[in-house]
Amino acid sequence: MFRNQYDTDVTTWSPQGRLFQVEYAMEAVKQGSAAIGLRSKTHIVLASVNKANSELSSHQKKIFKVDDHIGVAIAGLTADGRVLSRYLRSECINYSFTYESPLPVGRLVVQLADKAQVCTQRSWKRPYGVGLLVAGLDESGAHLYYNCPSGNYFEYQAFAIGSRSQAAKTYLERKFESFMDSSREDLIKDALFAIKETLQGEKLTSSICTVAVVGVEEPFHILDQKTIQELIESFEIREEEVADQGAAMQEQSPEAAPMDI
Amino acid sequence: MTSVEGLLVCEQDSQRTLSPYVTGTSVIGIKYKDGILMTADMGGSYGSTLRYKSVERMKSIGKHSLLGASGEISDFQEILRYLDELIKYDDMWDDGNSFGPKEIHNYLTRIMYNRRNKFDPLWNSLVLGGVKNGQKYLGTVSMIGVHFEDNHVATGFGNHLARPILRDEWKEDLSYEDAVKLLEKCMRVLLYRDRSAINKLQVAKITEEGVTISQPYSLKTFWGFNAFQNPSKGAEGTW
Repeated sequence: MFRNQYDTDVTTWSPQGRLFQVEYAMEAVKQGSAAIGLRSKTHIVLASVNKANSELSSHQKKIFKVDDHIGVAIAGLTADGRVLSRYLRSECINYSFTYESPLPVGRLVVQLADKAQVCTQRSWKRPYGVGLLVAGLDESGAHLYYNCPSGNYFEYQAFAIGSRSQAAKTYLERKFESFMDSSREDLIKDALFAIKETLQGEKLTSSICTVAVVGVEEPFHILDQKTIQELIESFEIREEEVADQGAAMQEQSPEAAPMDI
Repeated sequence: MTSVEGLLVCEQDSQRTLSPYVTGTSVIGIKYKDGILMTADMGGSYGSTLRYKSVERMKSIGKHSLLGASGEISDFQEILRYLDELIKYDDMWDDGNSFGPKEIHNYLTRIMYNRRNKFDPLWNSLVLGGVKNGQKYLGTVSMIGVHFEDNHVATGFGNHLARPILRDEWKEDLSYEDAVKLLEKCMRVLLYRDRSAINKLQVAKITEEGVTISQPYSLKTFWGFNAFQNPSKGAEGTW
């Protein structure tokens, strides 16, 4: 009758030393549509896939501005994500009221992780079912963090969460070494390509993705649809050009080494 | 007991600072070439009695700030306790971030304004100076939370007697020696004309390298001016 004896509440250990409810919450993150983030020395780009529930409905918002210097992208239960975004916003605004300066990103992330951890140790609570990519800029530079329902947090150069995020991760792992010195435009380009990886053949259009940027001299903002569409088109054109050039080169000198992909 | 009586009883039980007891007089702060200089004498007045002669009224706060206070000495000590707590918890993050003078100044403003809203003010005028990331900062907060930044600031009598001098003679690129001379000029005027001022003062310096507060010393004075010899001359109605 019971699939698992040790998964009925968060605070019960399994004999193998696991907390199943927490693991299920982590699973909820994988079910949500993908979100990715990547950073250079000066900029952080967040991007997400927007999936509408039905043909007739609009999609859920998955990227939130927290403050001028911080934004988040979420995957998992969007309702939980909104609650946490509201918490992050209020922490930021209280800090700037008291100190007239922006809250350091690392500290906000620790506060958020502590909040998530409490839910894994109280019998009357449940873990948040959402993963957050927190992008922010502070005195010590650009940062990208991943916060998960278990209360763990990690800092990344680039990361992807949500359904089919492994494809995006593979793309990012192949290219992340050059990200530190990337321009803002190249980051956005890589963000869109990483998003494209998660779509598995589906056509990338501005209506199914959101992109946001924060950087030096650039407060966090979500790019508007038109801009994204133009970017997608320009990249596709360039891709074709590169393909054409490659074909042309092969015609000219068939013995030339194939280009590194 | 009616509810009004209940309120009156509460009123009697709560204690507030209705007037200050032991007070310090003016503090002056100026920007100079390498940072901020601040000066204050070491007197502590019990009402109008010059009761204490070795009160340190300037303290360093964290790595990048310097705080000077006039007004109620015990309230200043309470403020120092708040700030020690603040700096301690900031350091405990151990993440490389630290409060600069701007953050401390704003925090003090919040504390002062919050207490005045409880009708229980901290009876001080504060001067906050500091340097962080090559940026000089100098500001002031009053007991009711009025705050501003400037190139030179002063509290109490210093506002009337020192700042006119500073407006005439202050320059952005003042050398350390010239800046100390300018402060001493202001302090001498205050010593002559402010009855609460005493001739034992300190000069504190904050630069990118940190805080140094001088040993106490005295200014050379000359009391032979005519106005000092015969103070009531020309002042009708005095004796």
